[in-house]
Amino acid sequence: MGFLDIKQATKSYGSVEVLHGVDIAVEEGEFLVLVGPSGCGKSTLLNMIAGLEDITTGEIAIKGQRMNGVHPSKRNIAMVFQSYALYPNMTVGQNITFGLEMHGTPKADRDKAMGEVAELLQITPLLGRKPGQLSGGQRQRVAMGRALVRNPDVFLFDEPLSNLDAKLRVDMRTEIKKLHQRLGTTIVYVTHDQIEAMTLSTRIAVMNGGYVQQLGTPKEIYDNPANVFVASFMGSPSMNLMEGVVRMQGAEAAVEIAGSSGVPVLLPVNVAAQRLDGQTVLLGIRPEALTDPDGADKNARRIVTLSNVVDVTEPAGSDTFFTTTLAGKDTIGRMRADAVAVPGQVAQMAINMDKAVLFDPTSGDRIR
Amino acid sequence: MSVASQDNAMKTGRAARVFIYVFLLVFALFYLLPFFIMLVNSVKPLSEITGGNMIALPQVWTLEPWLGAWSTAQIGVEPTGLRPYFWNSIKMVVPAVVICTAIGALNGYILTKWRFRGDTLIFGLMLFSCFIPFQIVLIPMARILGILEISGTTTGLVLVHVVYGIGFSTLYFRNYYAAFPTELVRAAQIDGAGFFQIFYRILMPSSGPITVVCVIWLFTNIWNDFLFGASFASGGAAPMTVALNNLVNSSTGVREYNVHFAGAIMAALPTLLVYIVAGRYFVRGLMAGSVKG
Ligand SMILES: Nc1ncnc2c1ncn2[C@@H]1O[C@H](COP(=O)(O)OP(=O)(O)OP(=O)(O)O)[C@@H](O)[C@H]1O
Ligand SMILES: [Mg+2]
Repeated sequence: MGFLDIKQATKSYGSVEVLHGVDIAVEEGEFLVLVGPSGCGKSTLLNMIAGLEDITTGEIAIKGQRMNGVHPSKRNIAMVFQSYALYPNMTVGQNITFGLEMHGTPKADRDKAMGEVAELLQITPLLGRKPGQLSGGQRQRVAMGRALVRNPDVFLFDEPLSNLDAKLRVDMRTEIKKLHQRLGTTIVYVTHDQIEAMTLSTRIAVMNGGYVQQLGTPKEIYDNPANVFVASFMGSPSMNLMEGVVRMQGAEAAVEIAGSSGVPVLLPVNVAAQRLDGQTVLLGIRPEALTDPDGADKNARRIVTLSNVVDVTEPAGSDTFFTTTLAGKDTIGRMRADAVAVPGQVAQMAINMDKAVLFDPTSGDRIR
Repeated sequence: MSVASQDNAMKTGRAARVFIYVFLLVFALFYLLPFFIMLVNSVKPLSEITGGNMIALPQVWTLEPWLGAWSTAQIGVEPTGLRPYFWNSIKMVVPAVVICTAIGALNGYILTKWRFRGDTLIFGLMLFSCFIPFQIVLIPMARILGILEISGTTTGLVLVHVVYGIGFSTLYFRNYYAAFPTELVRAAQIDGAGFFQIFYRILMPSSGPITVVCVIWLFTNIWNDFLFGASFASGGAAPMTVALNNLVNSSTGVREYNVHFAGAIMAALPTLLVYIVAGRYFVRGLMAGSVKG
């Protein structure tokens, strides 16, 4: 049993079921990120935890207490909204202490708590201002202050950074992470940004179409995606997926794909695939596993080098992304910035097949 | 439209400009003329009016007609002046406006932030009530006032106006609150605020403009109403409009036009005052409400 337990929770609007039997157990102090494309039900699930939406069937429990039907204010949770939802007519200080006031905390204690939180978030000089007089980043801080001051069991964040510009978003991301490390409170965080998910979380739940596709640590999700959806959703640029045919080479399985000149390339894989001999599979290779020979991981056991035509290069400063044609499709690789690659010419490439994954082309499920 | 007229404005020469101002001025005067006539004639002795000089400024300025209209003129059969009826109107309009605005705000809050099954239908029906002609409800309303034993009283009139006004006030507040972020309500719920606390502490402080719109609209309509006043509260409980009618129609003695003019201005003064004091918020509030919803 976890600290926050979601058991077979479903949500229906009328006859339409938008969440299907979600099962997640969150341990105390975890940072769980719910990530997925727009409309997959992330906010709905978060609102169900908060008590802002009813649970149609199933159960949500916090600290072993069943929460179905419990009023949001009685769950000892705090929530930070995408729009910040600061009360426009109240000052920053009043915004922060409103919750305490509603819970009947005496004025002296409220002011003390407000002072501490303001100190922590460095918003003390702003306490007398109205939300309309704050910048986006400052509003964000106040919204977090309002959540922090309650000292809740669980923090809920619904896309808190999506209204900030790129730079501020990265800064606030770090700050949220620091805050979590300092306070150790359990956090459930919704985002559709997979980089935010990877950097912040201790565990990620990847959602699509109302189902949890995979629940695991960022590394598990990234290296061992459970299906094609997770593989292509997580990671930027996303994983290359190419069709190939399994060929047995003695005891080792390999996937045969077409290179840029049409010459078949054999790529040995780390899957016991005898049963698949001769079948078509989807081979997934992350861009960083397709690189120049000198940039390839020296410790990898299966490195395949090949000569292929470079179609496009995109120098990104630290690395150079390039496009080449494998299995008849544009395939993105990433090489060191000083590796030489000229568009239109053949270059040496290395594929780290230790990191390659196979999927069933019809169901999209992982083949292990 | 506005772009075109702006273009014209750029090109107009001085002559055209003078023409436009004169034109507008003439129209302004045209509309002000009736009021001017009422005003000058209300401060003239009756002899000057019957002498046939309506437009001229008074030769002798006097406040007699005003004092007469206010406290001694013959209203129907009693020489009470308009004073008691003015208070009747106040006693009718103030509670009616306050109750309507309060209920409208609450309705708007519920219809947008506490949605329930069938809420749009209920809103539709309330909206429909705005378009029911007054004449249709006269008889059923008379019956209901009779049953409640408040026919012929100011309380009865308040009830009638509240029933009619709620449709409009609900419409105003619903549209205004539809644009009010629901996340604020949710945040307040998590903070532990209850139904009324959210209303008082979160929504009300942001409701200034729409409240002004609603109050002006209701005040003007209820104050100026004649039909309900004449139907349900003639006699001692009659509102200002009905009393004014009775003043003008009293057939005893000579017709004191100057007194009639003074009375008419008196009857119009409160709504005029409300417009002057709060008028600029009216447009602002209407715009704010119409942006979304
Ligand atoms: N009140 C409602 N009535 C009917 N369907 C709804 C309602 N609210 C949400 N939905 C549906 O539920 C699904 C999940 O919505 P939700 O808001 O949880 O998406 P999300 O994952 O948060 O997306 P986003 O990233 O865009 O915020 C959507 O398909 C949406 O259309
Ligand atoms: Mg959402």
